[in-house]
Amino acid sequence: MLCMISAISAPVLPGKIARKVTLGVFAAVFAMSVTLLGFTCGTDESFVYFMGHFPAPWGNEIRAGSLEAVMAIFVSFIGIFALLGGLEAVLKDVEEKKINLYCVLLDLIMSSLLAMIYTNDLFTAYVFIEINTIASCGLIMIRQNGRNMVTAVRYMVVSLLGSGLFLIGVVMTYSITGHLLMSNIKESVAGLVSSGGYNVALTVVIGLMTVGIAIKSGLYPFHLWIPDAYGYSNVTSSAVLSSIVSKGYIFLLIKIYFRVFGFETVVSTHVLNVVFFFGIVGIIMGSVMAIRERNVRKIIAYSSVAQIGYIYMGIGLGTVAGMVAAVFHILAHGATKSLLFIASADLTERAGATRLDELDCLGRKYRFAALTFSVGALSITGFPLLAGFISKILFTSASIGVGYKMYFAIFALAVSTVLNAVYFLRMVAKLYSTYPEKGGAEVKTQDNVETEKEARAVPAECAEAEGSGDQDVPATRAADNNARWLHRIHYIAILALVAANFYLGLRSKVIVEILEKGFSLFD
Amino acid sequence: MFETILAHVDDIVAVTLFVIGFLTLLLHKNMIKKIIGLNIMDTAIFLFLTVQGYITGRKAPILASGEAAAKAEDYINPVPSGLVLTGIVVSVSVTALLLSLTIRMYGKYKSLNIDHILMLVEKEDEG
Repeated sequence: MLCMISAISAPVLPGKIARKVTLGVFAAVFAMSVTLLGFTCGTDESFVYFMGHFPAPWGNEIRAGSLEAVMAIFVSFIGIFALLGGLEAVLKDVEEKKINLYCVLLDLIMSSLLAMIYTNDLFTAYVFIEINTIASCGLIMIRQNGRNMVTAVRYMVVSLLGSGLFLIGVVMTYSITGHLLMSNIKESVAGLVSSGGYNVALTVVIGLMTVGIAIKSGLYPFHLWIPDAYGYSNVTSSAVLSSIVSKGYIFLLIKIYFRVFGFETVVSTHVLNVVFFFGIVGIIMGSVMAIRERNVRKIIAYSSVAQIGYIYMGIGLGTVAGMVAAVFHILAHGATKSLLFIASADLTERAGATRLDELDCLGRKYRFAALTFSVGALSITGFPLLAGFISKILFTSASIGVGYKMYFAIFALAVSTVLNAVYFLRMVAKLYSTYPEKGGAEVKTQDNVETEKEARAVPAECAEAEGSGDQDVPATRAADNNARWLHRIHYIAILALVAANFYLGLRSKVIVEILEKGFSLFD
Repeated sequence: MFETILAHVDDIVAVTLFVIGFLTLLLHKNMIKKIIGLNIMDTAIFLFLTVQGYITGRKAPILASGEAAAKAEDYINPVPSGLVLTGIVVSVSVTALLLSLTIRMYGKYKSLNIDHILMLVEKEDEG
């Protein structure tokens, strides 16, 4: 609710104040979610709140348990630091008077995500899905060049198909059960399942909703919009989109599985097998395509495809342990991916190194950015101490004993770890190399003399670039203080995300326990 | 079999319209035609939703002035119509968004053909 208020007021305020209001609202949401989490963990129950003080079915309902509180904390945390971290890039890309509109988009996304997390009503979920879609399209378009507009069109086309299918699913659910509120639907569904007449209809409805949300969050066959959308848009937009927007949809899907249909019904319809299969294909194909890619941001975007494949594989396993692993990976991936995008902002924007080959020996010049980027890369590959390791352990332990799915899951985990290592560690190695490879994938020169001159010239370049990148301050005095302050915010944001990664890696037991308890409260 | 089709002819028409709209959205190169396809797709979903509320032999849930108080058995189900209203709002917003994108792209590239625009964009990127 708070986010809606700020979203409405942001266009009226001038640029700077809008930014501060947005940040303040995010921080307030974060604080409230933490209190909520404390409350629900302490009393061990979830509570239901009637909107407008009308009981259902006349009024709407939201429902809050510890799982939703964890997701809300996660969403607001990433929102704050993605905005802070990308603030420099945002101020450069967006004109001064349009900044409040950008904040409107961010506020809308935050409010729709929170609503999707907390809502207990199926049609409200649809409305907020649409709000989310429109606002994220705005985020992609914020840089007004041609490539972004084409990408935004492609994103909208795919996304609208997903919304359409989801809406048909909701409509059919309404016509079968006659209710829109999730708890009521669950009772009716239980009645229908036991009467046994509606099995085909239930399968169709679950399938429609699953496919609709899968299209919107980027499961394998529907992932084609992801590399362009994340790769070319503004840094904050990429971080926000990849970390929290697609995860919001997946969380909604998990919520629908548990609250609307009941987990056993969903498992018995075998929709989860299809999800599992596409998850695995997504993992492998995402990594393979990332290896072939040459643009740094697109590589990170393709690895997003693979990570969403992981999450869907976890959902498709069909056990509560798999779901816990999937939700933990949502948190871990959010922290890691936003860290990667924002740390790569330094490399791609300031150093101008958008292509892979230009990454060579930047590690010495931009020490901070390279170090934090490496932390993110290691986390996705699954190094111990970091978040990615814990999620891989959770996936593996969840997939043991599930029958034939176990072999596929473990195979996919192993292969994808190797593939992830190939392309991420290649980037890290390039960052810290002392001189670039001679004649990598580029044009062959005809003269030997030319090649020798090139090879000799470039190490010299590397050596002279030492130590100056991090303290790059602009020339004019007036912009000096402002730029330095923005720099510091950027660093603090990156450090916060790094800290989140380490926290998830080291103290994960607490979080996993909260997640498990949250799932048991989920009905 | 024929009776089943006859009984559900509204749903079949709605789904057919949905597929037509979606194929138009996906396959046509002209931006305006894509937006028209989107609208057809959304209209199909609204049709599907509205017919869910119809009950044979009853009238629309509007109380004319001077009439006796309403009994629920006389009227069709009003809830789906309410949902359709929300859907129409969403559809209008999305159409507005896509139209503004089209205007921007036209202003920059002087073309409504998305393949043509993509080609120009890639040429721009290389240059």
